[in-house]
Amino acid sequence: MTTPLTLIADAPLDIAWGVVLFWLALGFAALLLQGSQHLLSRLVFPLGALGALGIAAVGVAGMILPASTMVLPIGLPDLPFHLRLDALSAFFMLLLGGAAFGITVYASGYFRSMAAGPLALLALWYHLFLAGMVTVLLADDAYAFMVSWEVMALSSYFLVTTDHKIPEIRRAGFLYLLIAHVGAVSLLLAFGVLQGGHGDYTFDTMRLAEMTPFWASVAFLLALFGFGAKAGLVPLHVWLPEAHPAAPSPVSALMSGVMLKTAVYGLLRVTFDLLNIQIGWWGTLTLALGLMTALYGVIFAAVQSDMKRLLAWSSIENIGVIIAAFGLTLIFYTDGKGALAALTLTALLYHALNHAFFKGLLFVGTGSVLHATGVRHMGHLGGLMRFMPWTAWLTLVGALAIAGLPPLNGFVSEWLLLQAFFLTFGLTYPYLNMVIPVAAATVALAVALAAYVMVKFFGVIFLGQPRDPALREAHEAGWPERLGMLWLAVGCVLLGLFPAQVIDWLSPVVRLLVGQTLVNDGNWLMLAPVSAKRASYAPLIFFAVVVAVLLLTVLWVRRVYHGRVRRSDPWDCGYPEQDARMQDSAEGFGQPIRQIFEVFMRVERETPDPFDRKPRYHGASLDKLWFILYVPIARVTGWLSQQAGRLQHGRIQWYLIYSFATLIFLLVFTTR
Amino acid sequence: MSAGILLQLAQSLLAILLAPLLMGWVNQCRAWLQGRSAPPITQPYRTLRKLFHKDAVIAHNASPLFRFAPYMIFACMALAAGIVPTIANDLPFSPAADVIALVGIFALARVFLALAAMDIGSSFGTLGARREMLVSFLAEPALLMVFFTASLISQSTELPIIVQTLAHREFAIYPSLAFAAVAFWMISVAENARIPVDNPTTHLELTMIHEAMILEYSARHLALIEWAVALKLFTYSALGIALFLPWGIAAQGDVAALPLALLAMVAKLLLGGAVLSFIETISAKVRLFRAPEFLGTAFMLAVLGMLIHFLLEV
Repeated sequence: MTTPLTLIADAPLDIAWGVVLFWLALGFAALLLQGSQHLLSRLVFPLGALGALGIAAVGVAGMILPASTMVLPIGLPDLPFHLRLDALSAFFMLLLGGAAFGITVYASGYFRSMAAGPLALLALWYHLFLAGMVTVLLADDAYAFMVSWEVMALSSYFLVTTDHKIPEIRRAGFLYLLIAHVGAVSLLLAFGVLQGGHGDYTFDTMRLAEMTPFWASVAFLLALFGFGAKAGLVPLHVWLPEAHPAAPSPVSALMSGVMLKTAVYGLLRVTFDLLNIQIGWWGTLTLALGLMTALYGVIFAAVQSDMKRLLAWSSIENIGVIIAAFGLTLIFYTDGKGALAALTLTALLYHALNHAFFKGLLFVGTGSVLHATGVRHMGHLGGLMRFMPWTAWLTLVGALAIAGLPPLNGFVSEWLLLQAFFLTFGLTYPYLNMVIPVAAATVALAVALAAYVMVKFFGVIFLGQPRDPALREAHEAGWPERLGMLWLAVGCVLLGLFPAQVIDWLSPVVRLLVGQTLVNDGNWLMLAPVSAKRASYAPLIFFAVVVAVLLLTVLWVRRVYHGRVRRSDPWDCGYPEQDARMQDSAEGFGQPIRQIFEVFMRVERETPDPFDRKPRYHGASLDKLWFILYVPIARVTGWLSQQAGRLQHGRIQWYLIYSFATLIFLLVFTTR
Repeated sequence: MSAGILLQLAQSLLAILLAPLLMGWVNQCRAWLQGRSAPPITQPYRTLRKLFHKDAVIAHNASPLFRFAPYMIFACMALAAGIVPTIANDLPFSPAADVIALVGIFALARVFLALAAMDIGSSFGTLGARREMLVSFLAEPALLMVFFTASLISQSTELPIIVQTLAHREFAIYPSLAFAAVAFWMISVAENARIPVDNPTTHLELTMIHEAMILEYSARHLALIEWAVALKLFTYSALGIALFLPWGIAAQGDVAALPLALLAMVAKLLLGGAVLSFIETISAKVRLFRAPEFLGTAFMLAVLGMLIHFLLEV
């Protein structure tokens, strides 16, 4: 009997490719449906979500099944697409499918008020984007990889610039496109080095290529630069806080939750699969970069007042944590500590999966707020919990998860990562033993600051009094949106409550990359990496005890005392003129962090004159790196292009002389 | 196993019931040291009883989160009190959460309190929430580092194993633990809203942190929060004792040692409470923006402790 499940188990790669084709067809079909808004949002997006579910199923199957390959005769002659599905690809496909399903279901409701014409285009780019990401994960040669990488980059560029009539959005899109392409060039060079002079760009050849440590390092650094640009590693992060707020919310959710992970995938693929030597200092370098990114990201997240920009900075932080885990994995792996490498790699993969769910959830949550109020600036929001309870409570799950609070999922991956730090001792290089405690302290600081950021995010948007009377008319999100958010929130809860099972699922991926797996010494309830004597965490028991105490307390208070409640005005502390403007603004809530970490920022402040009749306050904490690094580079590039521009006079004589001189030069050069 | 669960329940209940007593003791000591006539040691219980009997007054615009938070905070603190070994070690709950998860529980309670404080939208609530998060973002990693130092010595993050290792070691001096102990004291002062970081008796808007957050609470909700505060003080004291003065805690299954362990615990808590109130009396509250410096020092000390462990003790 062939059920869909056995079909997937028989030919997972064909199903995955089938879904890619299905998405492409769906995208182009959307163009034909330009007349019917209803069909577009109510049919195309739900079908796309079904495709995502298929990809997730392929991911689940692919993690258990042996690797399978496929050659597609498309593209240039003699240069077919090689596809391969192994456990690593499968894991990231599961991540993509799981998060994209919720986000796409959400999108089917979110875009209901968009005009049909732009929506048809958006649906095309959206599904092309999804298809591009899947083929990036499946590609088994540099050609297929780069083509799909470009499809992914370009389609997401068009998605970012959906509202292209606004100049800031065009600017954000351009910045994104620029950095994506600088990164892509670096990747191209990395593949050039990786093929090791064979002239054959399949990954199989690269796996066999013998590299000297020097060339391996060159390839690694190029790949780190290229993937770092996509992931948002400091100092290549500048596009994230611009592009994420510019894009429509479901697109931001996909970009932040899923697309950034393709860069993590690429880094893992190149380092542990394609390169056959790994060198210890790569690990130290990436650990340092990752920690810097994490801290930098979270500090800037704390001072933002645009809710989507805040989330974008928080994505930078999470990528930093992931890259730090990557660095640790490399350090342990090259030092022969396989068990520890397996632990940190598990933490890395777990955090990547978690981030896809909670960041997706938070971004679509901001989408609902944006839909209901039309405001992105947190200083004009507030009190939405009373008008949009669904959005608020589901977003709260995401906020608690990303703040790393038990028993949700963010805590599990941070717990695993922190475990790795102090199970570390006796590394070959003594300096590393000194680095580890400092690194642990930095991660702990970043995680604690993330809680600050999330209290600010949730508190300022959803709690308190509405800062604008118009907010009282805010409407709750529709059912497709709620379902999408519910899916993502349930994912956060389940990933938090069943870590032992998730780690079991992850073990084929971990074994593939570092040759060992994380042994869970506990039972199905309990997570105990390495040994139960060393560390253990049982989220289900934890959760059950909290719920039990909670219920007992409620019952006891009601039984023994009473449940009487009287409503009244809030206490005004003797100042009867209290209004919503007296609550902390977004800037106010971030002010202590700004004051402590002002060295990293360029603070622009415009305080009103005391005698001003219409006082306006403006404050912005800008990224200093932009001014230190990017502005000079832009200036030099501008100067260079100006110099090159001198060659152009628009006169035909000059151009003829140029070609003549080139000809002479080449003749002299080649005949010598 | 069933005996273990009984012991666990007994210890948790004991902690929940006795926590206000410790608060009363600290208040009494402080009153003596300041030359005031002291309230009876049972005063916290009377306050709780009074509060439970009152009608809850809640602002018109309070959301369900506001009413839910006190129960959540109380539940978190009760769980924390159940995990930390006070009289007996290696209880059945303890594998459910190690020290990192313990920090997570404290963080969960804190985040709910901060969110509840922001719920009403009075100017004091958000102010308190912001200050609380400011204090905690430095205190939390510092606390983790203190735990790490202890974990590095015992090669485990399980509290029972840490306590066992530290209690049964041959007498050796760990310089790293000395650093960790100082850091831990500084963190507990900050986390429990005591002088010099916060003052539990003030309602002055320039200085208050914790009190600003619970300003809107009344009656049973306030009672639960006050009780949770007492439990937190108790848990922190028990933690400090377990990490730095662990002698006397009964090992697993050692029922005969329990009475002695109880006596030792009471004596240590009395002493700890007296020391706390003494330090509170002789120090002045620092300005709000000096608080990060205070906690930054604690953080540095804790990290130094870890580094020293790697330098000298491995």
